[in-house]
Amino acid sequence: MTRLFDSLAIVAGILLLWTGVFEYAGDSAITGPLQTFRFAANLLGRADFWQHAQATLSAFGYALAISAVAGIALGLILGLHRFSGDVAEPMLASLYTIPKVTLYPLMLLVFGLGVSAKVAFGVIHGMIPVILFTLSAVKNIPQVLLRTAKALHLTPMQTATHLLAPAVLPEIISGLRIGFALTFLGVLIGEMFASQRGLGFLIINGINSHDVKRTTAVILIVITASVAANGALLALDRRAHH
Amino acid sequence: MTAEAGAHATLRAVTRTYPGARPVHALGPIDLDLMRGEFFSVVGPSGCGKSTLLDVLAGLSEPTSGEITFEGKPVRGVPDGIGVVFQEDASFPWLSVRDNVAFGLRRMGTDPAEITRRVDYAIGFMGLKDFAHSYPAQLSGGMRQRVCIARTLVLQPRLILLDEPFGALDQQTRLLMGDELLRLWRETSATVLLITHALDEAAMLSDRVGVMSARPGVFIDLVQTNWPRDRDSRIVAEAEFGAVTGRLWGSLRAESMKAIGRAG
Ligand SMILES: Nc1ncnc2c1ncn2[C@@H]1O[C@H](COP(=O)(O)OP(=O)(O)O)[C@@H](O)[C@H]1O
Ligand SMILES: [Mg+2]
Repeated sequence: MTRLFDSLAIVAGILLLWTGVFEYAGDSAITGPLQTFRFAANLLGRADFWQHAQATLSAFGYALAISAVAGIALGLILGLHRFSGDVAEPMLASLYTIPKVTLYPLMLLVFGLGVSAKVAFGVIHGMIPVILFTLSAVKNIPQVLLRTAKALHLTPMQTATHLLAPAVLPEIISGLRIGFALTFLGVLIGEMFASQRGLGFLIINGINSHDVKRTTAVILIVITASVAANGALLALDRRAHH
Repeated sequence: MTAEAGAHATLRAVTRTYPGARPVHALGPIDLDLMRGEFFSVVGPSGCGKSTLLDVLAGLSEPTSGEITFEGKPVRGVPDGIGVVFQEDASFPWLSVRDNVAFGLRRMGTDPAEITRRVDYAIGFMGLKDFAHSYPAQLSGGMRQRVCIARTLVLQPRLILLDEPFGALDQQTRLLMGDELLRLWRETSATVLLITHALDEAAMLSDRVGVMSARPGVFIDLVQTNWPRDRDSRIVAEAEFGAVTGRLWGSLRAESMKAIGRAG
């Protein structure tokens, strides 16, 4: 009940802020809520919009798969190998904080325009948090659980599947949730810089051609979709954390 | 009145030094015969090597020198028949109480009907019936420790090692848990080694109490209590109880001061 009330309060707050920005900046920068909802509904009924959405989703799918699989694998390896983990963790953390925008020109040169650049943008944003969460989950497994495994005569295989895996799973899910959001962000940025297709491209193209209505509507759709996805993942995350 | 005569586990000149840039001589030399069926407690100042003693006796780590046997065989790795309850909370947060308790038996591939029987018994015995479907995060520290005891109990160990299992509990609850431990000891006929820092707990529960020195821990006194086997916490009211705790404190006082001096 309070959850519902909180959500409603947040939505109301956003609408208020939106109206405020609209009043301040005028319709050369942003359209008002009502008009945007109407145009967004219209966009959702159009085939060319869905082609762009499809382009974004497929790039996002590849990027997320790479972030998740490679991120978890690297995190496990680094976490299990204590020394390399101790060396890698601060390096990854500082890599994570560098403004990745400085890498874009370089990445464009390497990957060119198109899907692979978008995917690469998604991966550089999304993979590091997955690695870091996995690594710290493995490193922080309580010693007493490993001693318990010995005391209960578990085989190495049983220790891995029945003890290590469930012990690290909640942290990995948290990492994936953050990786999910950042991968999506990376893909959208990639589309703004390095593509002629996708929702990111629609936004930047709308800005360049002063199509305020379309830009605002696409932003609304993107935000709504990512908030919904994040909400679902957060619920999963909470359940995993008992 | 001890159950059967004879040593159940023996330690001969056992020491343990933690290697490292500055090696820590944590334990020993320790010589001890744990008698079959006895309730033996170890008291000693914190950091004196009590948990280290439990580790080597359980086969969780190797002694640096010396020999340990359990039921006549040298200890290499954790032997069948030894159950351990650790000082830290070792319950599995991702499993319900029931699944926690059944964990060891399931991994051993025990017959499901037998698992159900033993788990029901252990859950009932430890007073966990109303919490069987709860998760550890929903339980107090004391309840979680009961889960860990039940998880060990279902394996029907012949030697049970407990490392300060009631450390986090208040005095009254500790006395009652002590009664349950006595009941468990009587019903299973197991040999029990209990590590504790509470002198009254050691005095009330044990057939014998070993008093350890400050690190490196060696036994500086062994106190025999002569309680009847069907004792319970009410013996704290008896004069003999006061004499036992008094003797324990007499042995331990100087050592505890050393431990404090080292910390300060
Ligand atoms: N893994 C370890 N490496 C180095 N020193 C340790 C380790 N474990 C324990 N010690 C040290 O050994 C001593 C005995 O520890 P422990 O057996 O845990 O004491 P107690 O259980 O009596 O409090 C302490 O001084 C502790 O700091
Ligand atoms: Mg200890």
